[in-house]
Amino acid sequence: MSPRILPGLTGTPRLLVTAAALTVLAIGGTFLLDPYRNYQLALVAAYFCATAGLTLLIGLSGQLSLGHAALMAAGGYGYALTANALTESGIDGVPRFLVSLVVAVVAAGLLGLLLGLAGARLSGPYLAGVTLALVIALPAITSVFSGVFRGDQGVQIAYDGVPEALRLIIAVEQWQAWVAILVTAIVVTGLAVIRRGRLGLRMRAVHGDETSARLNGVPAGRVKVAAFTASAVSAGAGGAILCFVTQSVSPGAYTLAFSLLLVVAVVVGGLGSIGGAAVGAVVVVLLPWLIGTAIGAFDLPTELEQRLSGNLGVLVFGALLIVVTAVWPGGLAGALRRRRRRENRMLRADQMPPAEPRDSRPAEPAIPASPASHPISTEPER
Amino acid sequence: MDRLLFLLATGLARGAIFALFALSLVLIWRAARIVNFAQGAMAVVAVYVAFAVTGLTGSYWAGFASAIVAGAAIGFAVERGVMRFAPHDSPLSGVIIAIGLVMVLQSALGILFGATVRPMEVPFDERPIVIAGVPVLSPYDLFVLVVAVAVMAALGVLFTRTSLGLQLRASAFAPEVSRLLGVRVSRMLTIGWMLSAAVAALAALLLVPTELGLSPHSTDVLFVYAFTVAVVGGLDSPPGALLGGLVVGVLMSLVTGYLGATVAPIAVLVLLVVVLLVRPGGIFSARQVRQA
Amino acid sequence: MSQHTATHRRTVAATAAAAAALLAFTACSTPSTGTDPAEAAPGVTDDTVTIGTHQPLTGPAAAGYSSISAATQAYFDYVNENGGINGRAIEYLVKDDGYNPATTQTVVRELVQEDEVFAILNGLGTPTHTSVLDYLNQNEVPDLFVASGSTSWNQPDKYPFTFAFNADYVVEGAALAQYAVDESPDAVVCLLGQDDDFGDEVVEGAELVLGEGGLAEVQRYSVSNQDVTAQIGAMQAAGCEVNLLATVNGFTALAVGTAAKLGYFPKWFSSSSGGDYPTLVGFLGEDLAPKLLQGFTSTNYLPFSPDGEWTALFRQINDEYNDGAPFDGNTVYGMSVGYLFAEALAAAGDDPTRQGLVDAISSGDLVGNGILPLSFGSDSHAAYLGVGITTVDQGVQDFVGTTYALEGDEVATVEAEPVPLEGEGIPGAE
Repeated sequence: MSPRILPGLTGTPRLLVTAAALTVLAIGGTFLLDPYRNYQLALVAAYFCATAGLTLLIGLSGQLSLGHAALMAAGGYGYALTANALTESGIDGVPRFLVSLVVAVVAAGLLGLLLGLAGARLSGPYLAGVTLALVIALPAITSVFSGVFRGDQGVQIAYDGVPEALRLIIAVEQWQAWVAILVTAIVVTGLAVIRRGRLGLRMRAVHGDETSARLNGVPAGRVKVAAFTASAVSAGAGGAILCFVTQSVSPGAYTLAFSLLLVVAVVVGGLGSIGGAAVGAVVVVLLPWLIGTAIGAFDLPTELEQRLSGNLGVLVFGALLIVVTAVWPGGLAGALRRRRRRENRMLRADQMPPAEPRDSRPAEPAIPASPASHPISTEPER
Repeated sequence: MDRLLFLLATGLARGAIFALFALSLVLIWRAARIVNFAQGAMAVVAVYVAFAVTGLTGSYWAGFASAIVAGAAIGFAVERGVMRFAPHDSPLSGVIIAIGLVMVLQSALGILFGATVRPMEVPFDERPIVIAGVPVLSPYDLFVLVVAVAVMAALGVLFTRTSLGLQLRASAFAPEVSRLLGVRVSRMLTIGWMLSAAVAALAALLLVPTELGLSPHSTDVLFVYAFTVAVVGGLDSPPGALLGGLVVGVLMSLVTGYLGATVAPIAVLVLLVVVLLVRPGGIFSARQVRQA
Repeated sequence: MSQHTATHRRTVAATAAAAAALLAFTACSTPSTGTDPAEAAPGVTDDTVTIGTHQPLTGPAAAGYSSISAATQAYFDYVNENGGINGRAIEYLVKDDGYNPATTQTVVRELVQEDEVFAILNGLGTPTHTSVLDYLNQNEVPDLFVASGSTSWNQPDKYPFTFAFNADYVVEGAALAQYAVDESPDAVVCLLGQDDDFGDEVVEGAELVLGEGGLAEVQRYSVSNQDVTAQIGAMQAAGCEVNLLATVNGFTALAVGTAAKLGYFPKWFSSSSGGDYPTLVGFLGEDLAPKLLQGFTSTNYLPFSPDGEWTALFRQINDEYNDGAPFDGNTVYGMSVGYLFAEALAAAGDDPTRQGLVDAISSGDLVGNGILPLSFGSDSHAAYLGVGITTVDQGVQDFVGTTYALEGDEVATVEAEPVPLEGEGIPGAE
């Protein structure tokens, strides 16, 4: 990976080109996969939306949300209810999808805006408390308003088949993966642009030292609200994709455990890093499946197999979380990056001191101590 | 009127347990500035120990004592074995390690003991105490209230009247200064964890017999509401935990009684939001952080 | 800023490539399209039939359910040991969904697409199974004997591949209310129910008998709050004498235990989902349970009588193939599900197809092992439209001999028609 793609491009255009290339690559990849893998890929994409937003929120702006499951649910319900309303008025296909997606994103964004307004006033654990109470109240909300949200059973939507033109080429799971990848690409690219732009810089400033940031004229409250809203919008898009792929949304899918799993994903991947969020999403989808398959491969007594299945995956996640936090505060992405840098350095036989900076805030993306890679700075002016 | 009296009484009994558990969260927050998400899972491990001891000896009280000892031991192990390794420069890393610990402990319990719910019995008369013709509290509820009040009083004495309490408070408030003054800050931190985990284990032990029974997830809901309680009361404030616990317990009971069980979690969310809008640091928040 | 962003993009690229590689590595086939569904028989080989299920084995909801699939598995082991069905062994793949609909969707797709199962059997839970109902029917996968009493499974026009197993909640609510009226005509009848469709449908059934508003008090509980003192207190205050329960086992125990603590001892009439005596003993403890549950009334439609021939057989299978796990209502339930599937598979003939299996069930020729005839037919995908009343006496739960069936909106008293045990409990074996 060391030769850089398109060295002539820098800044946002470069980011866009990379994003487009990755998207094409991912869509091409779907041809190699069987339907179940494509379904898993669509799940990864949906989770990636949520984790990318969450990593921005926690890693850059320093606000811990335990309520991202509720934000995804807001997206899911927004999508499902709109899609059903449109189906009843005879609209289907692409318009139905787009309108529902927009409503989903707006619904989640509004909820995120409210949480952000609370977050601007509250320090870490208090905000975590509010978001936690929100997730806990979600099933109650769906059953109190069961006329709309249909209680525990949730909302089912009509099935979106493969468009006529593509029907002979691809299976439905592949089509769903395409849609998921496209939506995710747009959302995540948007987040990446925010991250490297002025708002991202301000988020870091607020996170680093809120008082100093204020003294330097950064409107800390507004930055926090913006971060929460952006994060909620992407979580909502993730929820909408999940609803599109599975044709249903229900409160049982968006539990506190799921919220915590999203936090695990971004921490394991590396806080603040979009690549880390992708790693996290992949791990969250594939690890339980890998462990399940591994357990299934052994011929265990039913009782033991029942106890291991499910539990073992959680055990591994927990251990991974502890180890990663204690040993590699930069997450898996950070660990990879450090290793690569070390290799680069060895290649150049540099005389740089080998000591890595003990990456202070896991929130900060690990900034190399050496001015090794690019000399060009695109730091936005204040 | 009878109904109100009844709901208040049940709410208080449950609120006392919330308060006790919230208090344990406050203790850790004061000592280590960590919201210990693993508190519930740690407490449930201690209750498993109590369950085993009661099963072996046939004595509820032996189990009762062993839960407290086991709680303290788990607090010690977690602080020395895991939390020490949390990078100290970010307040998040402690929280995240604690979340990891919940997953490890609960799934390990699940693998070892399965998902079976084990009933826990208590040596108390099953007949309720009747006041003015209303069955108000069971003797066990009364026992819970007495234990909760006793523990809180004992902790109050410990922190305000003893040298150890002074050292604990000093090392939590100003670790550097305390160290210069000869306080063994690191040991105080460990003691803080042990105290907190023991209180949590006690709260869980009191709760489990009133619910379905013991399973790896017995304390999930307790933790969630106790955390809400601690936030409502102010994470720094033991009296806040006490008051918050009773308020949330009574609120849930009243809402369940008059509006239905389904509405209770929403009521708690609303309470939390309202309190924090008025006082962003909880009811008993003392200090404002520095502001620009 | 750009330096680490660039590094960062490379990470993304590396990650994506790694992810794609990982996925591609395990990829195998592209979907087979264009086969005639009537001929489709995935999961069937010359000597095996592979089927799958989703069950809550872990998580807060797992307690009390994980023994069902173990019992079904034990029954299939017994069948396989004795030559299988039409010469084929039944392979039963059990996937854990933790009672989480999102996980259900994933594991069911895995079963259908990866493991290529012939059918899904006994998927457990209303919210969980609802989330895969459309998927299974679109893909024309037989979705047999769903483990929930929701009426959703009985919609042959909308979901032609889905069949119920439990007597539905409306039937149970109606039968319990009818028994309350028959036994104590003047009693104040109330209900404690879960705050979802389970509670709603039992209320619906009870009101068929008692009339709208015939329940003096209706209290609801939420599974997330294991404190039902407020609800029980309200029922006590309302002077309820017979309490119908639309509760799962844990909450039945909780309701009975909480009431005792309040010095309140009404009659309890529970649906079969929460009325299994051995399971309740597990929750209440050996000492307390016989005292609190004396006279406890429930319903059942399976041959669980302690001295019956089916129970004897199931006990023997449980000892030999299930490591002597505790024998309770779930064991009988799990093995009865296994038996009914085996019967359906035998009826589907020597070369079973998915359509053939569905046709065999819709033919109405299956008998099962219940105390009443199965209701399956071309226009009914409900298994049992009637239930027998059971009570607990001296720690033994058994049928009292009263059996009700729901005919339209009317509850009728019917004669039980238990199915005699034949062929050592293996369908098709003469």
